[in-house]
Amino acid sequence: MIVDPSADDRLDRAFMALADPVRRGIIARLSRGPATVNELAEPFQITKQAVSKHIQVLEQAGLVTRTRDAQRRPVHLAAAQLEALTAWIDRYRLIHEQQFRSLDALLANDRGTNAATSDAGSADTAQEESES
Amino acid sequence: MSTTTNPVTISAPEGLPFIDIEREFDAPIAAVFNAHRDPELVKQWLGPKGYEMTIERWDFVPQGGYRYVHTDANGDAYAFNGTFHSVRENEFAIQTFEFEGFPDVVAIEAMTFEDLGDGRTRLRIHSTYPSLEARDGMVQSNMELGLREGYERLDDLLGV
Repeated sequence: MIVDPSADDRLDRAFMALADPVRRGIIARLSRGPATVNELAEPFQITKQAVSKHIQVLEQAGLVTRTRDAQRRPVHLAAAQLEALTAWIDRYRLIHEQQFRSLDALLANDRGTNAATSDAGSADTAQEESES
Repeated sequence: MSTTTNPVTISAPEGLPFIDIEREFDAPIAAVFNAHRDPELVKQWLGPKGYEMTIERWDFVPQGGYRYVHTDANGDAYAFNGTFHSVRENEFAIQTFEFEGFPDVVAIEAMTFEDLGDGRTRLRIHSTYPSLEARDGMVQSNMELGLREGYERLDDLLGV
């Protein structure tokens, strides 16, 4: 359980920050190393100002930090906060991941054996070579 | 990790008791839908591995319902039940979801099946919980259930 309410709060802010595809892209880029705003703006069709805004949101969520490195001010990932976040979501994801993989296997099996594209509720198929 | 595995997207917005899950399948929409409708198929994929799943009821029709029990090797049982509110073939379903370990905390889950063409299907699940506490509590209990063998399973996955 998440007992510390402020930790919960931070988590919420982090989730909101990551709800945006551009910000997820920025995080993905930073996972390969620090980068400047210019470098981060490059792959996106948006202005540098817009990217700065996104970085601000990530910064407020505690997901990234900026250092003063002359005027370069590169952006870094805040690894600890990201870890807290992924711990929560990853464990939850794991369950679904596993569940959906079982479904994948079932669907693949289904196609392999009989083309059971049957529509209506023929609840008698399947079973045959369920290996799980 | 297998390169063919489609990623799961899970998001939980700030201040709102929602969870959104999205996943694509390399299978036609009718097959994905049927894997949700047919209890014999549901039994093969729903819920954590290593648990015996007993489906007591599974009527995947409008105003239908379900109840199932996961039992682990020690005989500990976890029961879930709900109502299927709306079911539209190859398209959409709404169900309620209650973990009987948290009675009266009922989530509403809307499932959208989307045909992507080329025999591919996108499944989106939007869950609404009665409160943020309920969302987190439910997620936690769901995790506990899946966790124990989850990491072993992860090792398996990484080994592939």
